[in-house]
Amino acid sequence: MAPSSLNELSQAVLPDALGAAEPIIRISGLEKTYAGGFHALKSVDLSIRRGEIFALLGPNGAGKTTLISVVCGLVNPSAGEVRVDGFDNVRDYRQARSLIGLVPQELTNEAFETVWNTVSFSRGLFGKPPNPAHIERILKSLTLWDKRDNRLITLSGGMKRRVLIAKALSHEPRILFLDEPTAGVDVELRREMWEVVRQLRDSGVTIILTTHYIEEAEEMADRIGVINGGRIVLVEEKAALMRKLGSKQLTLHLQVPLDAVPASLAGYDLQLAADGSELIYSYDGAEEGSGITALLGDLDAAGIAFKDLHTRQSSLEDIFVDLVKERP
Amino acid sequence: MNLYPVRAIYAAEMARTRRTLLQSIVSPVISTSLYFVVFGAAIGSRISEIDGVSYGAFIVPGLIMLMLLTQSVSNASFGIFFPKFSGSIYELLSAPISHIEIVIGYVGAAATKSIVLGLIILATAGLFVPLEIAHPLWMLTFLVLTAVTFSLLGFIIGIWADGFDKLQLVPLLVITPLTFLGGSFYSIDMLPPVWQTLTLFNPVVYLVSGFRWSFYGISDVSLMASVAMILVFLALCLAVIAWMFRTGYRLRP
Repeated sequence: MAPSSLNELSQAVLPDALGAAEPIIRISGLEKTYAGGFHALKSVDLSIRRGEIFALLGPNGAGKTTLISVVCGLVNPSAGEVRVDGFDNVRDYRQARSLIGLVPQELTNEAFETVWNTVSFSRGLFGKPPNPAHIERILKSLTLWDKRDNRLITLSGGMKRRVLIAKALSHEPRILFLDEPTAGVDVELRREMWEVVRQLRDSGVTIILTTHYIEEAEEMADRIGVINGGRIVLVEEKAALMRKLGSKQLTLHLQVPLDAVPASLAGYDLQLAADGSELIYSYDGAEEGSGITALLGDLDAAGIAFKDLHTRQSSLEDIFVDLVKERP
Repeated sequence: MNLYPVRAIYAAEMARTRRTLLQSIVSPVISTSLYFVVFGAAIGSRISEIDGVSYGAFIVPGLIMLMLLTQSVSNASFGIFFPKFSGSIYELLSAPISHIEIVIGYVGAAATKSIVLGLIILATAGLFVPLEIAHPLWMLTFLVLTAVTFSLLGFIIGIWADGFDKLQLVPLLVITPLTFLGGSFYSIDMLPPVWQTLTLFNPVVYLVSGFRWSFYGISDVSLMASVAMILVFLALCLAVIAWMFRTGYRLRP
C-alpha cells in the first residue's frame, strides 16, 4: 500500500539528506544589479545547513525574492557564486537545479490543467521518468488525492498552493524554497501549511522560506536570516537570537495605583503604566540574575502590594523591527 | 540531452491543442475552405489557367502556405508567451533543462500542429479541386522546413512580446501582408516588371514558389533559391533564439 504521510514519502525521497556537515547551499559574494540599475543584492554570503528550516526575513524590497530567484536559476547573478550540494548553479545547472524545488509566492498555474497532469508535467520537466506511485503519494500526503481529476481553475486558493507544493516535490528535491508560503491564506490553513512544512523538514528536506509573518518564522524556523537593503544583516539560531536580543519585562498589577515610582526603587528600570496601576520592570533575560527577587523584597519594604504579575519576552517581531531600524 | 523534459513540454502543448480543437484545427480549415469558395470557385471560374494549371488548383499551395505561416507563428508564440503571462514560466526556468530542449519541446509541438493542419487543408482542398503532387518528398520537405522555421519565429515573438497586442502584431502586420503579396493567389509573372522586381525582396515569394513547384513543377524563382531562402531564415531564427537564451532576454533578468 502506498504511504500517505510526508514522513513516509520522504523515505523514498531523501535517503541521504541528513547527517552530512557540509552546507547544502553555499552562497558567496553574490551580487545582483538589474538592468535598470537597482542594486538588489550586495555581496551576500550565506550557508544553509542540511535538513534545517531557514527563515529569511526582510521588509518589502529587501532582496528576499531576488536571492531565491538567483539560487533557483530564475535570475542571472551579476557576480558571486552559488553552490548547491557542491554544484555550481550556473555551470552545473542540471545537477544543482534537480536538487531544488521552488514554491513561488504567486499562485501561478495552468488554469485548465488537472491536478494530476500538472504535477506529472512538473516531474517530467525536471527530467525524471514517470512515476505514478510517487505522484499518488504526494497528492495523498497533501490531501489532494480526491481533487486529482479537478481542473486547477476550480480549486480554492489554499488547494492551489498545495498543488504548487506538490509540483515542487514531484521530482524528489532535497531542498525546498517556499517564497511567502502562507501569503494571503487564512489562519487555519496557515497552521495546516506549517504542519506540512514541519513534516517535510522531519523527512530530511531542507526548507528555506521567506515570510512577512514574523510569527511564522518564530513558530517554525531553526535559524533566522534577516536581509535588508540587499545585505544579509544577521544570521542566527532562532533560540539564540531571541535569547541574545530579547529583553524581558515583568508587569506587576498593583493593588493601589501610584503617582510616581518611589525614590527607594530608583535603582531598578521601572515604569508606571495604566494610570499608575501597573509597574513594569525591564531586565535582560540573558543575564544570570534578573533582580526580580531583590525588587520584590524592596517593593514589600516600601509597602507596595500587588494582586497579579506576568512576564513577557520580546517577540521576534520586536527584534526584527529593531534590526531593520538600526541598520537601514 | 534528456528527453523527459522535451516529452513533457511537447505533450503539454499537444494537450492544449486537443483542449482547443475548435480554435486550433476547425477554424483554420473553415477559413481556408472559404478562400476556396471565394477565390477558387467564384473568381477562379473567370480566370484562365496559369502555366497550364487551373486557378483553383494554382492557389492551393499558396493557401496551405498562408495557413502554415500564420498558424506556426501563432501556435509557437502563444505556447511560450502564455507561461510568461501566467507566471508559470518560473517552473521552466528553474528546471534542469537546456535551452535546446526547451526549443525542441515548444517549437516541435507548434510545428507538429502546423504540419497536421497543412495536411488537413491539403485534404480539404482535394474536395474542391483536382490535386496532383509532382514531387511529394519535396512537398513534405517544404512543409516541415517552413513549419519549423516559422514556429521558431513564433517562439521569438512569444519571448519578445510583453502583451497580447504585440503577440498579434507581427502575424497581422507582417506575415499576412507578405503572404498575400508573396504570390499566394497569383504568379508574379502577372505583375508589371517593377513590381516583379520588388516582389523578389519578399521572402515569402520563395517559400510559395518552391512549395508550388513541388505540386505542379512550375515556379516563379528557382528551386535552389527557395531552399536557400528558407535555410537562411531558419539559421537566422536559430541565431536570434540562441542570443535570447544567452542574454536572458525577457526571460531571465
